[in-house]
Amino acid sequence: MADATAKQVLFEPIFSNNPIALQILGICSALAVTTSMNVTLVMCAAVISVTAFANLAVSLVRTQIPASIRIIVQMTIIASLVIVVDQVLKAFAYEISKQLSVFVGLIITNCIVMGRAEGFAMKNGPWLSFLDGIGNGLGYSVLLIFVAFFRELLGAGSLFGFSLMPVVNEGGWYVPNGLLLLPPSAFFIIGLAIWGLRTWKPEQVEEPDYKMSRHTTKEAF
Amino acid sequence: MAKAKDTVSRTLLVALVLSVFFSVVVSTAAVSLRPAQIKNQNLDIKTNILAAAGMLKGGASAEEIEEEFARFDVRLLDLDSGDFVQPSDVGVQDPMKYDMYKAASDPQMSTNIPNTEDKAGIKRRPNVAKIFTLTENDELVRVVLPVHGYGLWSTLYGFVSLEGDANTIEGLGFYDHAETPGLGGEVDNPRWKSQWVGKEVYGDDLEEPQIRLVKGGVSADAADREHKVDALSGATLTSRGVEQLVNYWMGDRGYAPFLKKLREGEV
Repeated sequence: MADATAKQVLFEPIFSNNPIALQILGICSALAVTTSMNVTLVMCAAVISVTAFANLAVSLVRTQIPASIRIIVQMTIIASLVIVVDQVLKAFAYEISKQLSVFVGLIITNCIVMGRAEGFAMKNGPWLSFLDGIGNGLGYSVLLIFVAFFRELLGAGSLFGFSLMPVVNEGGWYVPNGLLLLPPSAFFIIGLAIWGLRTWKPEQVEEPDYKMSRHTTKEAF
Repeated sequence: MAKAKDTVSRTLLVALVLSVFFSVVVSTAAVSLRPAQIKNQNLDIKTNILAAAGMLKGGASAEEIEEEFARFDVRLLDLDSGDFVQPSDVGVQDPMKYDMYKAASDPQMSTNIPNTEDKAGIKRRPNVAKIFTLTENDELVRVVLPVHGYGLWSTLYGFVSLEGDANTIEGLGFYDHAETPGLGGEVDNPRWKSQWVGKEVYGDDLEEPQIRLVKGGVSADAADREHKVDALSGATLTSRGVEQLVNYWMGDRGYAPFLKKLREGEV
């Protein structure tokens, strides 16, 4: 990755190396905050800014960080950025920050942020690391928005809070699928998305860890 | 491969510099954004009071909300006696500054609720509540009462607004809860909340609160329909919590002494 270009670093994580679909990182918040598009978009913006600036900060001080405390140093940087983002949301987007509740705080534990800080920013320059942060944030966002689109549309009959399919509770015709509002439904959608993505880009399909050998001997009993 | 940066003193130095730098960053953000956050929180509470009282217009600006809210009087109420108390009795200048939920955790300012009577699941109750009254032509026409209680996952905080007869519900709303979105979270659904309008808290004897959340909807000829509200589908425990907390707060350990005085014209 030493000679990665800016463009690669920025756009690869979106489809070719998606943090959720290929690296399977950051699933927890993908389940929690995808019930409506508005909330998801704010969460995505928060994650993009945290991954970008955490990568930038880690990369800037990477030559100074003693190896023995590098994880704690990264954690401190990430946690501080997350608190700042949380405070900003509380001050300027109070309604949404109420809905996101603890999940903004939980960006600290989002494996994508930590994974990119340790995996990329520790070895690359500030500018590339910053772009890598944005790219991975975008990759995360693309999948989250995809999940939220289906969950809000089928679970609540609306998008961005505007009712598209009037639901029965409000006098319409659409019986919403309550399962889609519960976290497990995101697993199904993420699973389908990964399937779709790997059909489109077969090189992402992993080799099976274990192949059953042909059955050759007779059953003994 | 011990490099210069891996020595103990260097490690301590990096840790120290980093901690100091980021504590400054975090505290600067927290302190400088504090006023905006407090403004948001207050506005949010006022919005919810107006919403519960059915006085919130769609898309009202912050100024309009402040203006509408200014019509209310903020009063402090001793729950046991049902009499108003002065702000100085609870150690504040401005009644708006009194926080009854903070008081509920202060042994000096709250009472333990015996388990058998703790329908709302809140364990302690503040002695003094902060309520909002609206007076028109010297007559008390509306009273907004804060209520809270346990649902399925979380404590629900909200307001119940009653008409001047201290019996008819004008509206109810919760501003803070963490119930399941789409199920228990539907306590925020305007259509569901609109069912509460016009319901009566007490029966004919005006003694025991009678609110019930029932399954399957309330038909136009159901018995006691003036006390019944359709429960939330798929949210039995949240519905039960809402029923219990409304009945608790409208009961003798809640606002009943005050509401009795209000009906008898002693307020």
